[in-house]
Amino acid sequence: MLPTTDRFKKGAKETLADPVIQMSMEAVYTGFHTNRQSAAAATEGWDEQRDRGRAIKEHTIANLDYYLEMLTDKIDENGGNVFFANDSAEATEYILNVARARDVKTVIKSKSMVSEEMSLAHEMEAVGIEAVETDLGEYIIQLAGETPYHIIAPAIHKSQDQVAEMFSEMTGTDPGQTPEELTTTARGMLRETFQRADMSVTGVNFAVAESGSIVLVTNEGNGRMCTSIPRVHVAVMGMEKIVPSMQDLGMMLRILIRSATGQRISSYVTMINGPRREEEEDGPEEFHLVIVDNGRMKLLADPKLREALYCLRCGACLNACPVYRKVGGHSYGWVYPGPIGAVVSPVMSGLKQGKDLPFASSLCGACREVCPVKIDIPNMLLHLRQQVVEGPPEDRSVGRIERLGWKAWRFGNMKSSRFWAGGKLANLLGRPFARKGMFRRLPPPLSGWTRSRDLPITASSPFRDRFKKRRPNSSGGEE
Amino acid sequence: MTEQPVKTPRPERVQLFVTCLVDQFRPEVGESVVNVLERLGIQVDFPEGQTCCGQPAFNSGFWNEASDVARHFLDVFDATEGPIVVPSGSCGAMVRNFYGEMFEDDPAEMERVRRVSERIYEFTEFLVDVLGQDDLVTNLGPHLDETATYHQCCHLERELGVDHQPQQLLKQIEGLEMLPMNRPEVCCGFGGTFAVKFSDVSTAMLNEKLDNAAATGASMIVAGDTGCIMHMAGGLRRRGSDQQVRHIAEILDEATSLDKNNTGEQT
Repeated sequence: MLPTTDRFKKGAKETLADPVIQMSMEAVYTGFHTNRQSAAAATEGWDEQRDRGRAIKEHTIANLDYYLEMLTDKIDENGGNVFFANDSAEATEYILNVARARDVKTVIKSKSMVSEEMSLAHEMEAVGIEAVETDLGEYIIQLAGETPYHIIAPAIHKSQDQVAEMFSEMTGTDPGQTPEELTTTARGMLRETFQRADMSVTGVNFAVAESGSIVLVTNEGNGRMCTSIPRVHVAVMGMEKIVPSMQDLGMMLRILIRSATGQRISSYVTMINGPRREEEEDGPEEFHLVIVDNGRMKLLADPKLREALYCLRCGACLNACPVYRKVGGHSYGWVYPGPIGAVVSPVMSGLKQGKDLPFASSLCGACREVCPVKIDIPNMLLHLRQQVVEGPPEDRSVGRIERLGWKAWRFGNMKSSRFWAGGKLANLLGRPFARKGMFRRLPPPLSGWTRSRDLPITASSPFRDRFKKRRPNSSGGEE
Repeated sequence: MTEQPVKTPRPERVQLFVTCLVDQFRPEVGESVVNVLERLGIQVDFPEGQTCCGQPAFNSGFWNEASDVARHFLDVFDATEGPIVVPSGSCGAMVRNFYGEMFEDDPAEMERVRRVSERIYEFTEFLVDVLGQDDLVTNLGPHLDETATYHQCCHLERELGVDHQPQQLLKQIEGLEMLPMNRPEVCCGFGGTFAVKFSDVSTAMLNEKLDNAAATGASMIVAGDTGCIMHMAGGLRRRGSDQQVRHIAEILDEATSLDKNNTGEQT
């Protein structure tokens, strides 16, 4: 997917003006977020479980090469093929080659964010292979020609009416269909595709190194259809999606699913151990695992950002984020939106282009509070901000005026007499323009504030003067 | 924080870090802090060299400028003794949590950071965790006939972990009716320069907050951080609303003032 991370402000403005989306985004809080809160409250030792989950990820990422090798060996043993892709282009090429070599006509996809990095469905269509998304949300946005709006709920921004209208145009069904009827319609359309598909592409929620198992967490059953009907199964994963053992997997599933939807367990948890064996009736003849870097090494190499690789893609930080709920998913301009997206999207797709994303946060910390592995997202945003301002030349992008402004701020704060004088001066200069001690309109950059809020003038008698007056002889420190 | 022992001798004297925003925009808050502490028999010093903790530049990515101002802060407060009280969760978090981020490669500076951050307490944290949870109610018997709703400031709650002290104090005020707000934990959209750089987003967040506050019917919003207070107050003023936004120190001051006629200063 081509990043449009430089369009954040424009995208945010458009989304704020869209009442349908604003309404839909409410469900992110009242549904997902609230359900997560209840699930967390109902789970004994929840916080300790998050600590353990984090410790597992910490250990795995610190020994990533070791576990990737173990995983590769196991999958090999199980009769599957593993391919390491440095970037999206390499991954795409490998998958297209597999499809072409087997004369594949139709590919069914289950949900995979990594495949969104590659725009895989588009790439397939471009070479004449039919590629159909089978997760209902993904299916809806594929029909709409859009990209996912949310990590686990890709079509969260679409209203029921919009979906009904879209289905109606395609199949001639009643545009007033209920959600149940719409699901049945989609099911009907998809069923036929499932039956004739000769290859599937799925994501990977976890890969278990000790057994070479690929784990899919779904609620619709489409993942299971994808991994049992077609003759070829290609699973695609980011290189961080690995856990050492089955025991670790148990812990990760607990915290992932509760954080994502508030369920204790999802309707389906599917484990794949390679292609069909001789004694088995179902399953693909061939199994491929494509492990993708695509910028993840950049995160791994930076000790301040490494913990972004602990992410389980549960979406809890999106649901908790008051900024995401206002600006929506597309404003972030790349595959991953919301707080975790504000960290990984600019790093993976280019910090200069995505320089707004780390700043597009009030640093409220709601994301860290809900993260199943306690990723300190605010802290990473702070480090990225510093990189944009003080980092290597290829990352830097800050205007001269802002630089000058902070130099002046520094000067004014290095001595209390200057600080005091600055306040007095602002009071004197501002007084003719203030009404009842407040400004209604100020020039840029403060116009950003006064567009919707009054700003008080600095006090004519600041606290330090008042303090002196109340006790003329008291002091502490000197100057 | 909770690991601070509660049963150490009651401090007789504290250093006030009033914060740049209170000093310049809401000096009444600082006066209220001093009033309350003095009524509790605690002498308050104001180290005059103080300016800002450095947070605005730090949050904006300008760590060179921020660390210079932070060093100045450390110069001023490391030269003093005893608890440092700050009426702000955000500035308290800057010193306690983020100075360590800035100076992690500088062992000498880290030593000063450790010394100073061990001494710093947010105002309500000091009242409840250091003086003791019933200290204020026992000594001063707070009373205020008002209705209020409490907004949970993000840094106070999530950075400093001061998540029950303010509400506990408010609950102890006789006559004060606390009306719960929908989504009290959701950010008001301030975020420092975020409010200026991402004005539209910040405004949308503010509107949600102010709608939730208005729906309570309370005569005022009480909060613990001056940045958030200025933000909400600026929005209310623009709306032409009668609802007030007050710092918790101001409320505690009014509720413990002997001369109830001599209170209620507004900015």
